[in-house]
Amino acid sequence: MPSTKTRKKPARSKKAAKRSVATAESMAEKQREISVSEFFAKNRHLLGFDNPRKALLTAVKEAVDNALDACEEAGILPDIHVRLLQLDESRFKLTVRDNGPGIVRAQIESIFGKLLYGSKFHRMKMSRGQQGIGISAAGMYGLMTTGKPVHIISKTSRRKPAHDVTLKIDTSKNRAEVVTDKESPKSDSLFPGGNGTQVVIELEGRYQKGRQSIDEYLEQTAIANPHAELTWVSPTNETIVFPRAVDELPDEPKEIKPHPKGIELGTLIQMLERTEAGSLSAFLQSEFCRVGQRKASELAKTADKLSTKTITPRTRVSQLGHAEANCLYQAIQEASIMSPPTDCLVPIGSRALLAGLLKEVQAEFFAAATRPPSVYRGNPFQMEVAIAYGGSLGSEETARILRFANRVPLLYQQSACSSFKAVAETSWKNYGLSQPRGSLPTGPLVVLVHMASVWVPFTSESKEAIADYDEIRKEMKLALQECGRKLGTYLRRRKQMRKQAERRDIFERYIGEIAVCCEAIVGADPKKVYAALRKQAAKKTREADQKLDLDGKVVSHQRLEQDEDVIILPDRQFLTGDESETLFEGDASPAGGKKKKKKATRKASKKSSAKKKKTKKKSSRTR
Amino acid sequence: MAKKTRKKSKKKTTTGSRTVKKRGVVSKERDRETASKINSMTNAIVKSSLAQRDPFVEIPIRSVNNMKYNAKKRILEMGSSKQRRELFNAGQARKFMQMMLISRGCKDLIEAEKTLSLRGMYYMSLHTIEGTNEKTFDEQTESDGILEDLEVTIDGLREELHVFAKKRGTMVGNITVIDNGDEIDCRRMGTGGYAIPSICEPSVIQFKKSEADFILHVEKDTVWSRFNEDRFWEKHNCILTEGSGQPPRGVRRMLHRLHKELKIPVYCLLDCDPWGHYIYSVIKQGSINLAFESQRMAIPDAKFLGIRAGDFERCDLSNDVKIDLNDRDITRAKQIMNYPWFENKKPWQKEIKTMLRNGFKMEVESLITKDISYVSEVYVPERLKEADFLD
Repeated sequence: MPSTKTRKKPARSKKAAKRSVATAESMAEKQREISVSEFFAKNRHLLGFDNPRKALLTAVKEAVDNALDACEEAGILPDIHVRLLQLDESRFKLTVRDNGPGIVRAQIESIFGKLLYGSKFHRMKMSRGQQGIGISAAGMYGLMTTGKPVHIISKTSRRKPAHDVTLKIDTSKNRAEVVTDKESPKSDSLFPGGNGTQVVIELEGRYQKGRQSIDEYLEQTAIANPHAELTWVSPTNETIVFPRAVDELPDEPKEIKPHPKGIELGTLIQMLERTEAGSLSAFLQSEFCRVGQRKASELAKTADKLSTKTITPRTRVSQLGHAEANCLYQAIQEASIMSPPTDCLVPIGSRALLAGLLKEVQAEFFAAATRPPSVYRGNPFQMEVAIAYGGSLGSEETARILRFANRVPLLYQQSACSSFKAVAETSWKNYGLSQPRGSLPTGPLVVLVHMASVWVPFTSESKEAIADYDEIRKEMKLALQECGRKLGTYLRRRKQMRKQAERRDIFERYIGEIAVCCEAIVGADPKKVYAALRKQAAKKTREADQKLDLDGKVVSHQRLEQDEDVIILPDRQFLTGDESETLFEGDASPAGGKKKKKKATRKASKKSSAKKKKTKKKSSRTR
Repeated sequence: MAKKTRKKSKKKTTTGSRTVKKRGVVSKERDRETASKINSMTNAIVKSSLAQRDPFVEIPIRSVNNMKYNAKKRILEMGSSKQRRELFNAGQARKFMQMMLISRGCKDLIEAEKTLSLRGMYYMSLHTIEGTNEKTFDEQTESDGILEDLEVTIDGLREELHVFAKKRGTMVGNITVIDNGDEIDCRRMGTGGYAIPSICEPSVIQFKKSEADFILHVEKDTVWSRFNEDRFWEKHNCILTEGSGQPPRGVRRMLHRLHKELKIPVYCLLDCDPWGHYIYSVIKQGSINLAFESQRMAIPDAKFLGIRAGDFERCDLSNDVKIDLNDRDITRAKQIMNYPWFENKKPWQKEIKTMLRNGFKMEVESLITKDISYVSEVYVPERLKEADFLD
C-alpha cells in the first residue's frame, strides 16, 4: 500500500528544450504527499465500493464485522440490529447497533474517522477485520456520496452517559473532524444492556435481493456465527430475525507473535528498526514465536556464515545493516523452525457449524469436518467444511458454495477463491454426485468452507477471495473429502433403501397371485401362504437394508448416526418429491426412521430446536 | 375364484364326453401323471413358504451351454445343469409368478380334458394384478417361454400339458393316416394338402397304409406347391412335406414317426444359406431350445439334397439369383461349421466353405429361372438317381 507517490524525473531530451519545460523546482511545487484517505477515495473499488449495490453491502458488512469483533472480544453474546432505510431512489440510511463494550470518547474519531487505524493490523490474532480500513471507509464513502457525516452513539457503561458524535473525514489529512459532540442520556434506551455502539451512515446505493445481497450476507453471517442474534429490518420494512443457535461464545483467540518463516525481508528490516530489543538474540526471541535462545544462536550463526561482517547473538540490532538483514533473512529460510502455535485459532466447530446450517438451510443431510490446524507461510490456519444435501435444495443447479474467512461471509469473486478450486477439484462423483469435468458438482448441495487464520490471505483489500496457496487448498480438499465420504455413505444407503423398497414392492405385488395359484393347484390355504410369503418378503428386504454395500464392507447403520458430525433429517426427504413415499410406511419400515429424528433434535440442543420453528416461519419470508 | 372354475370345468367335461368322436388328446394315465408332477412342484413351494424358506423351482437350462451332442445316438441332448428360479429375487419374481400362473392354467386344462393353443394359454393366464396396472404377461412370447420352462421342469411335453401350437406345415403323398379317428388319404388332398397338426402323438394320429419310398421335405410352402402341382409324389412314390421355414414340433414329430415307424428315408430340399443349413441341422439332430425332445424328434439319417453351393455352376444359373451374404450370414455360417455334428464331416465343411467363397446364397426358387418345373422334373430326380446328397 503506497502512502506516498513520487514521480520520476523525466530524462530531458534535446527536443524538449523548445517546449515550456518544467524545472525540478516548479515540479516540486506540485509534488505533495497523498493521504491514505485520498488514495482510497479515488480507488474506492479496492475497498469494495465499486458500484452502488456492492457499496451498500460493504458498508453493512464492515459495520457488522466490527460489531461482532467488539462483542466477542468483550465476552458478550452479540445482539446486532441492522436497519436500512431508503430515503430516496438511490439514498439509504444505514443503522447498525450492537450490544458490545462501547467505545471510549477519545477513540471515536480515530476509529470512525481515520483510515488504517485499528487494533487488528499490528497483531497476529484471529479476527474479522484486519487492516482497520473498513468502517471508516464506509463513513468516507457516505460522506463523499451524500455529504452527510457519520453519526455515532456509544455507551460504555450503565453509569456513564452515551456519547453522541457526528464525524466528517478530512480526506486530505486522514483525520476526523467533529461536527457535533454531546452527551446524550436519551439514547440510553438504545442499549438495554447498558453498553453498545450505534453507527448511522447515509450513503448512496442500490438495494436488491438475491445473490450477493445484504440478505444473503446476513443469512450466511448467521450460519457462521450461530452464537449471534441478528435482527434485520430491510428497506421494504420487513423484520427478519436470525436467532441464536448456540449460547456459548467461541473461545477467545490468543494473540501470537509472527512466525519467522511468515515474514518478508522488508518486514524484517522494519522490525529491526522498530524493535526495543538491544541484541540480535533478544530481538529474535521477543519479536517472534517459536524462537528460543538456542534457535536464536543458530540463526545468528548461519547468518554469520553468509555475511561478510561478523554476526553473533550479542550483536546490537542497530548495527545490522541491509546486507546483514538479508543474511539473517536467508538464515531464517534455511533453518528448520517449529510450526507456529495453533491455539491461536478458534474454529467455529463442527457442531456449531451444523447448528448454523441446520437453522438456515432446509436440507435432509448435514455433515461437518474440522481439520487440524496447519501452516502456510508461517501463518497458522485451520479449515472447516460443512455440507448440506437434499431437502428443498434445488437438484438441477450446481452446488452452492458458502465461503467464510474468520466467520465473515465472502460473496464476491467466487471463482477466484481457493475454496472454489478446492471444491471443483474434489471428485464428487465418488460420493454419488454428478460433476461436469473441472467444475462444481451439480445437485441439491450446499458446501460451506471456513478458513480460520491469524492472517487470511485475501486476493485484495476488499476481502473477497482467499488466495490460492497450495497448503490451504490441500487442507480444504481434505476436509471436503471427509464430508464427501459421509455424504457418499448416506447416499448409498438411501439408494439401497429405495432399492429395497422397490424390491419389496415387487415381491408383494406377486405374492397375492402366487397364493391364489397355490390354492387352485393343490388347494393350499391362500391366506396362510400369503401371510407367510409376506413375512418373508419383509424379512428379506429388511436384511438387505442393513447391509450397505458398494465398498463391499458391511457397514452398520449406527456408524453414520453415531457420528457427532452428521445430522440426518429423513422427514425432509419427502420435500424433494422424487422419493418413494412408501419408504417409511407400513409395519415393515426400516427401524432407523424414528431413531434418526430423535438424534437430530438431540444434537441441535433443545433451545435451538424450539427456535428452529421460529426460523422456519420467519425465514420463509426471505425465500 | 379357483373353485368356481373347477366346478365349471367339470360340467363341461360331462357335456364333452357325450360328443361321439371326443377322445382325449393324451391318455388318462399320462394326464394323472402330469397333474401329479404339477402338484408336487406346487406343494414344494407351499411347504417352503410356510416354513419361511425361499420358495423356488429348479429349471433345467435350455441353452447352448447345457446341451451336448451325443455322437453315438447322433442327436442333441440336454445336459443336467439346472437353474433356480426364486420368488425372492427381484429379477426372477415376475417369472416365478408367471410360472405359477401357467402351471395353474395347465392343471385346469388337464382337469377339463381340453386343449388350448399357445395363444389361448396366454389369454387364459392374462389379467391385471390386483392393485396395480401391471399385466401378468405383456405378450405371448413371454407365456410361450414360460410354458417351455414348465415342460422341462416337470419333464412333460407340451401336449401332455394340453397346449398346442398354431398349425404349420403341410403333407401330401402315398399314405393314409388316422387323425383323431378320421381316416385321411393324403393322396387326395387337392392343392392344399393335409395340414400337419401340432400334436402328432400316437394317441391322436396313427398310420394306416403307406407304400412311399421316401419323404421329400421342402423348406417352404411355395416350393411344396410346385411339387404338388407336378404330382411329384405320384410319379416318384413318396411323401411330400413342408415346414414353413423352421419346422414346428408337429412337423418334426410327424417326420420322426414316419421315418422311425415306417422306415421311410427323409430327404430335405432347403435353401443354400445358413438358415437352410440350420433347418437341416434341427431336423437331423434336434434344436438347441428343445434339446429335451430330440429323442422323439431328431432324424439322424436325414439327408440334405440341395440347394448346394456348387449348383450355381452345375445348373448354369444366371447371376440374377445371387443374394449377397451379409455379415450375420457369415458369422452364422461359421458357427454352423463348428457345430460338433458338422465339424467332422468333410463334405459339409467343403459345402459351407464353397458358399462362403461364393459370397452369395441361393433360394430353392432360383431354379425356376431355368424352367418352371426344373426343380421337380430335373433337379430332384437327378440328385436322387445319382444319390448326390450330403449327410
